[in-house]
Amino acid sequence: MAEVLVYVDHVDGAVRKPTLELLTLARRIGDPVAVSLGNGAADTAAALAEHGAVKVLTADAPEFADYLVAPKVDALQAAYEAVSPAAVLLPSSAEGKEIGARLAVRIGSGIITDAVDLEAGDEGPVATQSVFAASYTTKSRVSKGTPVITVKPNSAAPEAAPAAGTVEALAVTVADASKGTKVVARTPRESTGRPDLTEAAIVVSGGRGVNGAENFPVIEALADSLGAAVGASRAAVDAGWYPHTNQVGQTGKSVSPQLYIAAGISGAIQHRAGMQTSKTIVAINKDEEAPIFDLVDYGVVGDLFDVVPALTDEVKARKG
Amino acid sequence: MSLRIVVCVKYVPDATGDRHFAEDLTVDRDDVDGLLSELDEYAVEQALQIKEANDDAEITVLTVGPEDANDAIRKALSMGADKGVHVEDDDLHGTDAVGTSLVLAKAIEKTGYDLVVCGMASTDGTMGVLPAMLAERLGVPQVTLLSEVSVEDGTVKGRRDGDVATEQLEASLPAVVSVTDQSGEARYPSFKGIMAAKKKPVESLELDDLDIDADEVGLEGAWTKVEDATERPARTAGTIVKDEGEGAKQLAEFLAGQKFI
Ligand SMILES: Cc1cc2nc3c(=O)[nH]c(=O)nc-3n(C[C@H](O)[C@H](O)[C@@H](O)COP(=O)(O)OP(=O)(O)OC[C@H]3O[C@@H](n4cnc5c(N)ncnc54)[C@H](O)[C@@H]3O)c2cc1C
Ligand SMILES: Cc1cc2nc3c(=O)[nH]c(=O)nc-3n(C[C@H](O)[C@H](O)[C@H](O)COP(=O)(O)OP(=O)(O)OC[C@H]3O[C@@H](n4cnc5c(N)ncnc54)[C@H](O)[C@@H]3O)c2cc1C
Repeated sequence: MAEVLVYVDHVDGAVRKPTLELLTLARRIGDPVAVSLGNGAADTAAALAEHGAVKVLTADAPEFADYLVAPKVDALQAAYEAVSPAAVLLPSSAEGKEIGARLAVRIGSGIITDAVDLEAGDEGPVATQSVFAASYTTKSRVSKGTPVITVKPNSAAPEAAPAAGTVEALAVTVADASKGTKVVARTPRESTGRPDLTEAAIVVSGGRGVNGAENFPVIEALADSLGAAVGASRAAVDAGWYPHTNQVGQTGKSVSPQLYIAAGISGAIQHRAGMQTSKTIVAINKDEEAPIFDLVDYGVVGDLFDVVPALTDEVKARKG
Repeated sequence: MSLRIVVCVKYVPDATGDRHFAEDLTVDRDDVDGLLSELDEYAVEQALQIKEANDDAEITVLTVGPEDANDAIRKALSMGADKGVHVEDDDLHGTDAVGTSLVLAKAIEKTGYDLVVCGMASTDGTMGVLPAMLAERLGVPQVTLLSEVSVEDGTVKGRRDGDVATEQLEASLPAVVSVTDQSGEARYPSFKGIMAAKKKPVESLELDDLDIDADEVGLEGAWTKVEDATERPARTAGTIVKDEGEGAKQLAEFLAGQKFI
């Protein structure tokens, strides 16, 4: 069977869930060969093997941390040349897209980004995308070169499928030209203890209606009662009430959880672009004309400061 | 020292309009009004600020797009850019990301540059790949997704707010930069700016001028093929209740019914 390269997203050896989803999708088109780079690369092997990686190619070098993106492209290209894969899959993170973009140009291939599904086709893998703020669903394929495809988180349920997961060191030479952008300082993001926004099964978001940073704990309390991640609209972020990393929408995170709860958010097109593919959508807004209500499975017209705390209590009571 | 800045701007269908696909599965541009991608206004703004902080800098705005895309150039010129380059050719219809990066890279090389500034993503394709592709093609550093950027003595510095960390980046010019919508509000064109823009030069280029063969671009030459596009069915109307004291209870009931609690 053809081999499929899967770029591994991990933090110091801990594989992030979108990569396990990629392995699951990769098995539909071939045998997954994982490429794991950087600090802790070899520690990813067990999780990758459990989810179907027949081989794990690993490499670590200071250049991966000291320079932006390009050294990782050199490594992925080395893996591409070693394997001659039928496709290259990457997570649709900012970095995944940039690595994929440069690899596509280097190897003369087309690229599809933000796929939400992937299947084998007669002429190569067919990717489903959700475009124009999720108002259209398209099916596309790469028609020249080896398909490079980035896949959005929550596009498939990770399935265990134990495979050999043989670890092999990948020989990588980082080109001088790839050492152009120096990372002169790095401040890791502090963990909130809440689930990652893009991976969470439930997301509770607050908007301008939350009316101040001091009120966001109301949103956080509901999120915590549900084991959810916290999101925010750009209006709330721009006002400085919540960090930009929590912004949901076109220029923030794109989320696709089982349940999305929007409180005090009107539902502008740019916000919808980031959450419209959520399975179940709930809104709490005091304006019954708010466009968000066009999307909802369940909506409550009311003041979020009444509804959200009361809902938190209900959830806690029911969960006992 | 002179500083030649090229800002890549895209002309896109208005996202608040009803966007559609044409029969050949490319974007239907007749259907909705076009405009300068709002995310590229941030790129123009940062270029203007870099120019203000550097003596002897000049800003060229570059677009690849149909005749109307000239509007996007005019808008950027009215904000304060100095001149425009418009690559327009019938054979470009349907060009994908890899093809667009080829055309932009050749046009940038022809124009001459020290710094290329892009938006973080277009508001139609939203791929967010062009800046990295340009760096790859031009063989220069990519300093992308910056929420803060400055240029001093031939060095570009910036801050990238990533998922796991915030990074301070640095590269020598020439380089390709992209900026996010966190980089600072874009200015509005002044009346004076709008009048001045009318007199600023806009150069028109065709594929021949860039030594690009027609079969490397366009729908036929594209590296990707859209096989099907269907409008998402309207969501079935949900239940909407008015909170008269019972709203939270009713919602909890719904969530329990869906097995969320
Ligand atoms: C709904 C939709 C889906 C698409 N899917 C794919 C796909 O899967 N694969 C594919 O290869 N192509 C696809 N395309 C085509 C692709 O979007 C465009 O061909 C191409 O311009 C590059 O991508 P982008 O517009 O997303 O740019 P991005 O990479 O998001 O743009 C980033 C920046 O690059 C600059 N830039 C981009 N385009 C131009 C331009 N024409 N002129 C000047 N500067 C520019 C701007 O500074 C912009 O902010 C799709 C287009 C649409 C509308
Ligand atoms: C290029 C571009 C990119 C953008 N990207 C994004 C993005 O990624 N994400 C994003 O979210 N936006 C984005 N935006 C901004 C977007 O257009 C909207 O401005 C934004 O989403 C509005 O946020 P909001 O719904 O919180 O605020 P508003 O639109 O002001 O809505 C607030 C809502 O809260 C309700 N409300 C007020 N008080 C209460 C109360 N006590 N109880 C209940 N309800 C109450 C109001 O009825 C109203 O409906 C972008 C815009 C542009 C131009």
